Amino acid sequence: MPKITYKDKEGASRTIDVDNGLSVMEGAIQKNIPGIDADCGGSMACATCHVYVEQKWLDKLPKAEDAEVDMIDMAYEPKKNSRLSCQIIVSDELDGLIVTTPSKQS
Amino acid sequence: MKKTDAIIIGAGPVGLFAVHQLGIKGLKSVVIDNLDKAGGQCIELYPDKPIYDIPAVPECTGEELTKKLLEQIQPFKTDLFLNERVEEVKQEKENWIVKTNQNNRFSAPNIIIAGGVGSFEPRKLGIKDAEKFEDKYLFYAVKDKDKFKNKNISIFGGGDSALDWALELSKYSKINLIHRRKEFRGAPHTLSEIKKLENDGKIFIKTPCQLESIDGKNNIDSITVKFDNGKTENIKTDIVLSFFGLIMKLGPIAEWGLNMSKKTIEVNAKNFETNKKGIFAVGDICSYPGKLKLILSGFHEVALASVECFKRARPNEKYRFEFTTSSKTIQERLGKK
Repeated sequence: MPKITYKDKEGASRTIDVDNGLSVMEGAIQKNIPGIDADCGGSMACATCHVYVEQKWLDKLPKAEDAEVDMIDMAYEPKKNSRLSCQIIVSDELDGLIVTTPSKQS
Repeated sequence: MKKTDAIIIGAGPVGLFAVHQLGIKGLKSVVIDNLDKAGGQCIELYPDKPIYDIPAVPECTGEELTKKLLEQIQPFKTDLFLNERVEEVKQEKENWIVKTNQNNRFSAPNIIIAGGVGSFEPRKLGIKDAEKFEDKYLFYAVKDKDKFKNKNISIFGGGDSALDWALELSKYSKINLIHRRKEFRGAPHTLSEIKKLENDGKIFIKTPCQLESIDGKNNIDSITVKFDNGKTENIKTDIVLSFFGLIMKLGPIAEWGLNMSKKTIEVNAKNFETNKKGIFAVGDICSYPGKLKLILSGFHEVALASVECFKRARPNEKYRFEFTTSSKTIQERLGKK
């Protein structure tokens, strides 16, 4: 099962197993990882599951669709490597993925 | 104080359908919502986006679903108290007393909380001093246009609200439109108007950049923005408008003594009552084993909750299950006979 690491802004990190097919957001919610709120439940409507993804991993992800990029405009402190974790679907290829949560979600 | 059979908190799809389920059982209700219109997340987050999982409705938008629900509950002539947030819930014998931030008071044996993920509030700037200037020189909505005449206005955001207000306010003020990326999201017509005004020197577009600081003592003198290439620019500004959408906040609900877990209210899956008799939670805000956050599930939950509401509101009457297809009483209530 792929391992996903969630880091917070202070550098604290937690690594968990996430089933293939789940989103990085769902993995976090199921295991009570702090820093990801996911208010809308994954419908790309709230930008409270916002994470930063390292460049080397960013290149492995399918490009964000327009609706996701529009939603990231609303996120707290968006950067070039911002993604919504509800749109990152876990697969073997993403084993070892590291995401960093922003200092707050809203 | 207004007396009724059930107080519904939240005018989203599930709150609206609650009116129907109570109404066909002959119960009166009121609906209270913090937004200025009915529809909840459907109208605020995805009015134009398609929904494909409403039974027998292969496809509809959030706005269409809201309109249909409003039409469906029209026969019950229920009062919707919009722009109002419930602040306080108190028990008085068999009844619950609800007080809103507009000082309206309601009394009923039942409360149905259909509050979604909480009430919508503008997403605020996280920057230092933002709070100090809020509602004086920094705004998250435009209420009185006159306040914004002959000023230097810096507008943040890349969506419809930012674009529409940039257009409107450029008639009387100098506008800086600031966005974190080059692309704006808006109607083609709006975008071409903006482009035209930029060429005419009425609107100054600053992209890709983000707000670094708001500068000024008592009032705003200027703002500093930082571009992606690391350069910063100081922009003379009297007023900042920020349009980064809405967030959902649970608000006072957390303080009503209900058993909560992860920002949701725990209910039983039999009638969706909370740990307080006569307070029900339905839709996205409730949790029970197997809960799915679907509109469809909310409809089911409120149908069952309304039966218990009937028993509490009419303790001396026997509840009789009826079909809308064959019940003359229900059809009368729907104004069909």
